[in-house]
Amino acid sequence: MKKAANINEQSKWYELTPGCEIYEPGTARLTITGEWRTQTPTWEESRCKQCLLCVPYCPDSSIPVTDGKRLDFDFDHCKGCGICAKVCPFQAITFHKEEHTDG
Amino acid sequence: MAKRDRLSGNEAVAYAMKQIDPDVMGAFPITPSTEIPQYFAQYVANGEVNTEYVTVESEHSSMSTCIGAEAAGARAVTATSSCGLALMWELLYVASSSRLPVTLACVNRALSGPININNDHSDSMGARDAGWIQIYAENNQEAYDNYLQAMPIGENPAVRLPVMVCQDGFITSHAVENIELCDDADVKNFVGTYEPEHYLLKHDNPLAVGPYGVSPYYMDAKMGQVEAMKNAKEVILAVGKKFGEMTGRSYGFFETYQLEDAESAVLLIGSSAGTARATVDKLRAQGKKVGMLKLRVFRPFPAEELAAALEHLKALAILDKAESFSNAGGPLGAEVRGALYDLDHHPKTINYVYGLGGRDFRVQDCETIFNALDEIIRTGNTGARYRHLGQRE
Repeated sequence: MKKAANINEQSKWYELTPGCEIYEPGTARLTITGEWRTQTPTWEESRCKQCLLCVPYCPDSSIPVTDGKRLDFDFDHCKGCGICAKVCPFQAITFHKEEHTDG
Repeated sequence: MAKRDRLSGNEAVAYAMKQIDPDVMGAFPITPSTEIPQYFAQYVANGEVNTEYVTVESEHSSMSTCIGAEAAGARAVTATSSCGLALMWELLYVASSSRLPVTLACVNRALSGPININNDHSDSMGARDAGWIQIYAENNQEAYDNYLQAMPIGENPAVRLPVMVCQDGFITSHAVENIELCDDADVKNFVGTYEPEHYLLKHDNPLAVGPYGVSPYYMDAKMGQVEAMKNAKEVILAVGKKFGEMTGRSYGFFETYQLEDAESAVLLIGSSAGTARATVDKLRAQGKKVGMLKLRVFRPFPAEELAAALEHLKALAILDKAESFSNAGGPLGAEVRGALYDLDHHPKTINYVYGLGGRDFRVQDCETIFNALDEIIRTGNTGARYRHLGQRE
């Protein structure tokens, strides 16, 4: 059975599954969708009170939590919607246009 | 033992459905296909089938029901006509691109407007690019036979495409004819059970169906559908042959009548073939070398096979029961002409749009066409290539 990890943008058309079926769960992790982002949140750890309000508001599960504390953003999947910056009661998340240096 | 019975086209399809006993039916009524879910509802109420009969609020939902059921691993069927098919449009593409072999009994009817409930092919011809296999019947027997072949074709692992089994609204769907029905056991054996390799309800195999196909994948996914449609040709022929071994009635992509030594011929789809056959008989009795080709399978389009069958003709009329407003002909005309183009010597062709919204097609109408072909052969001048037949002038 074809694994999602073995299908990528270099795969030939006949290497895809019929109907693009995916035969395993949790494969969204494999797809880097953070590249859609045009604006980026920045986490100011010193201002953060770890209230974790941002976590359930994130529509994309891009704020990882370990041992009851949030970590920095998962930028492989954060789409830059800015909701976390809006809901943070402590202004611990700033939101700004992404800067690209590669032209 | 096969038995003879008298059934309408709709009854014949509903009876085929009963014999197959599909897992799910998405049902929404629309003239002239309404009788199919109506008859089938009786079978459900009588406990003659085990089908989950899902009454929905629209055809968009009946096709969605079939898609969900097929993805879950069930065999799903529906029936519709005209605007009902049009309302399914979005989902037709979802079924085919998800490679779910739904079976749809299409009872061909004109699309609005002006609003009209009678027969032409504008509904299924409009859906010709949706990635569905399309098989057309001339009469009740063929509607029944084609329906029994739909699942062995569509569910073949090399194909995995939905199938539209078409018959002419009222002309075929409501006319009662003597037909031969197969034994229940023979049908069960011929159609088999649906055993998809992957399905949503398979416990040990989590599955995602219909994922987003961004531009690096969409084109490649479409190539998969193209390949499946290519594979379908061989499977359609194999299933048609096997059906013949069971019933004595074999099927291919098309049927020819007096075509081999003909100089001129008409090419058409559906119930008009009976009229054309009577016309050919009448003109043959007068010594005229005329013939007919009735196309059964429009998707996949048997371009090479048609070209080989038509190559020897001097003149050919292609009859479209659908208008496409291209100013250059109907959909069948365009595709048949395309199929003939690569021949070194091809017949002169004219394309008639006829029979729209239930306009009659009589022997004298078909004679008019053969007279026009005679004129082309005699003068060498094709004249207008895009013509209409049956309108008041």
